[in-house]
Amino acid sequence: MISLADILTLLPESFLTIAICALLLLDQFLKPAQRSVTHYLSIVALAVTGWLVLQQFGEPSAFGGMFVRDGIAILLKLFVLLTTALVFVYARPYLRDRALFVGEYYVLCLFGVLGMMLLVSAGSLVMVYLGLELLALSSYALVALNRDSPLSSEAAMKYFVLGALASGMLLYGMSMIYGATGSLDLGTIHAVTASSTQRGMLLFGVVFVVVGIAFKFGAAPFHMWLPDVYQGAPTAVTAFIGSAPKLAAFGMAYRLLESGLDGLGGYWQLMLALLAVASLAIGNIAAIMQSNLKRMLAYSTISHVGFLFLGLVNGQPEGYAAAMFYAISYALTAVVAFGIILLLSRAGFEAEEIADYKGLGQRAPWYAFLMALTMFSLAGVPPLFGFFGKLLVLKAVAVPGTLWLAISGAVFAIVGIYYYLRIVKVMYFDEPEQGATAIARPADAPVRMVISANALALLILGITWGPLYGWCAQALGITK
Amino acid sequence: MFANWPLLSLLIWLPILGAIPLLLAGDRRPAAARTLALLITSVTFLLSLAMLSGFGASVAAAGTTDLGLLKNMHLQENLLWIEALNVRYHLGVDGISVALVLLTTFTSVLVVILGWGSVDNKVAQYMAAMLVLEGLMVGVFCALDALLFYVFFEGMLIPMFILIGVWGGARRVYATLKFFIYTFFGSIFMLIGLLYLYFKTGTFELAELAKVGLGAQEQAWLFFAFLIAFAVKVPMWPVHTWLPDAHVEAPTGGSVVLAAIMLKIGGYGFIRFSLPIVPDASMEYAWIVIAMSLIAVVYVGYVALVQEDMKKLIAYSSIAHMGFVTLGVFISLSLARSGNATGAAIGIQGAMVQMISHGFISGAMFASVGVLYDRMHTRMIRDYGGVVNTMPRFATLFVLFAMANCGLPGTSGFVGEFWVILAAFQHNPVVGALAAFTLIIGAAYTLWLVKRVIFGEVANENVAQLQDMDARETFVLVTLAIAVLLFGLWPQPLGNLMDAPIADLVKHIVISKGA
Repeated sequence: MISLADILTLLPESFLTIAICALLLLDQFLKPAQRSVTHYLSIVALAVTGWLVLQQFGEPSAFGGMFVRDGIAILLKLFVLLTTALVFVYARPYLRDRALFVGEYYVLCLFGVLGMMLLVSAGSLVMVYLGLELLALSSYALVALNRDSPLSSEAAMKYFVLGALASGMLLYGMSMIYGATGSLDLGTIHAVTASSTQRGMLLFGVVFVVVGIAFKFGAAPFHMWLPDVYQGAPTAVTAFIGSAPKLAAFGMAYRLLESGLDGLGGYWQLMLALLAVASLAIGNIAAIMQSNLKRMLAYSTISHVGFLFLGLVNGQPEGYAAAMFYAISYALTAVVAFGIILLLSRAGFEAEEIADYKGLGQRAPWYAFLMALTMFSLAGVPPLFGFFGKLLVLKAVAVPGTLWLAISGAVFAIVGIYYYLRIVKVMYFDEPEQGATAIARPADAPVRMVISANALALLILGITWGPLYGWCAQALGITK
Repeated sequence: MFANWPLLSLLIWLPILGAIPLLLAGDRRPAAARTLALLITSVTFLLSLAMLSGFGASVAAAGTTDLGLLKNMHLQENLLWIEALNVRYHLGVDGISVALVLLTTFTSVLVVILGWGSVDNKVAQYMAAMLVLEGLMVGVFCALDALLFYVFFEGMLIPMFILIGVWGGARRVYATLKFFIYTFFGSIFMLIGLLYLYFKTGTFELAELAKVGLGAQEQAWLFFAFLIAFAVKVPMWPVHTWLPDAHVEAPTGGSVVLAAIMLKIGGYGFIRFSLPIVPDASMEYAWIVIAMSLIAVVYVGYVALVQEDMKKLIAYSSIAHMGFVTLGVFISLSLARSGNATGAAIGIQGAMVQMISHGFISGAMFASVGVLYDRMHTRMIRDYGGVVNTMPRFATLFVLFAMANCGLPGTSGFVGEFWVILAAFQHNPVVGALAAFTLIIGAAYTLWLVKRVIFGEVANENVAQLQDMDARETFVLVTLAIAVLLFGLWPQPLGNLMDAPIADLVKHIVISKGA
């Protein structure tokens, strides 16, 4: 029975759905020259949705617990919306130069956002799956947005096949859990798993769920799709799937593992620990060898996922808060890196080879500076934002029992330093290549201002990260 | 008049914020950039002198009975930075830090003057990097919160990375990456150690960490975490190999900062972290550090002997001299534990004086090589010879610094080494003898360098055309020469400054904190 309270609780999601449909219709009647209307309306839709999220109409849960709205959901939603809005801003010049400036891009991204919002609010296995599939299907289509590019099509195909496999795994695991507990509701599953002694089937399910999560996150050894997709997708799409979905993935992991399967913590924590170390190792080491910046960032993502998992392995609220902080800091940092690639690309030229950045310090000093900030932040050098994410995660595992994880995290962070510094090195210490022209600044000053603010925020948040962590801690019910 | 100022914050943030206008101005007006940088560093130096005004009195004003290591901390500023982790923006200086802060601000002025003529490329950015570096280094010496210390400690790598990478020599990229990765490698283990301590205590306050009881096993792990971090920074044998590369490739100013200040952070770290926080493990494993230090002073001394590149030679000589610092610190620990508090105090004093003096001497040596390099564009010893004939003023000063580098009595180089050797003999005559023996090696490589570069016939056309130093260079080297002689002839004020904190440190490390 749907009550008014349910609808009110889902107001942000409902509004976004209506807005997307309206945009889809409106877009049909726009001439290509008027496409900016879609662009701006999408951003407005995101802003209004964010405002509605903040208003918190209705109840803390709706539809009999299918949908929950707690601090975690609110915080993650806000940052998903913010990150997506940033992606839209950075992507516009890129899309316009490439005949990709189409309404579908915005509509598909917004559907992805809707999926993420449902995913992080999921209170039952069905909701998890629905949110995830909405996100995944939008992403498959987005990757293939540039349908004439063989690389894009190949990436989309790979993404789809492996993604479908992962969904299958997840669904299979969920069915096992349903079979063992007799419920799809995460709260009930939590209660049953905490007390059940018959664990055979549950464990079977947990393994598949963890595999599904690892696939979606891109954690090693289930990471194979990620570098190809990052490289093959148009950069505007990579920027989207490389940033906001990490927040949603954290939400999904939290919902399934903590809210649902907490009783089996001892089992999935060990699995996550192994996945984390494998991701750290493979991501960081493989990234060293890349010559394509997008591909390097893909491997770097894998290593960051490893770090994020480290926060989850202890099953403590502090660890979850650290992982959430990490996801937020990663999303805000990665979006700058992709944003700079987007802004430096021109019609007929993708600035995605690392060699394209040679001498950027001379050709475009300001972008080089912003990129350097981003790289130092990703590398985790204080006083930048990224360092404090690593600090919090390491703090969560630097306790007796998991010290080995802290040490492996540290060791691979050192490996990681090398490839991030290589970008700084290429930009500042190498001479521009013959024939490399000064990079044309994008015409619109607002885009430049937004990306500057975003990158400088990495520095400022490095000094004032306290409140943000405070919100994360509060969302997880840590009282100081 | 400075009693109520947030003086330490000012010393940290004035240079860092001062770098912003420089960066914004860009390369358009190099002259203005130089002047502004000089102005900022000079003001910072003058302000840092104000730190001395209140020294001598104990800081009883804090009002608590148990002041621990904070008893000697002046000018404290204590604000909450990150509430959730109880990280504090806690600054303060005792005699030990004051000496190093003064060294930092003093050297920074000279570095800016040195860069006046020798850096023509991207002047504003060079000066900005130097200013940021200065602020961060002051921050390292003032931080009383371990995480704050770590942030400054690591943040320092970024400007140095850029300095070497942009303004360095031919193999600068290799050198700067090696420098960064080496140092980062060292410090991240310290971070894990600090996080573990936070897990135990719930605070990053150094004074609290010094009080917490720790078991032998825990102390051992923490000791090695700290050892890796600071040994790389000092650098100690066998993790010293980044230093010669970094020094050789760095621009003159970078070399001076690296040798005069950055290396000191390693020694300072041993005194602030290893000794007070894990005294028992430090005691137990002191032999490792002592052995590493002796290898540094003896073996690295021999390595210095065969170098053909002047900067490399001085870099190795730096490693050997820093070996005295670590030797002094860890010998004092065993002396303190065997009841010889006077000997222990002498050892740590010696280490501290050695750090300050090495700051002046190595800074001066690198500046001198810079003076030659600016004229000849070569650092190879074989390209020189008979410089005294064409550059008499330079030669006079260079010989003085060389003598100080050998530890000639009357120069500051003598005082620290003498005290350390004195303490070493009380600890173990063999160690003392080995340490003393190195003075001969030091004299050998330094004097041989002088002989080949300065003395003799004019070696070639290029040397014959050398111009003696201009007023700017003379000013820098004469200032350093005065410092070297002043602290050599009259080290007492420096000693007095550090007496109280060192005495308290010795009292503290005697007490075992086994839990």
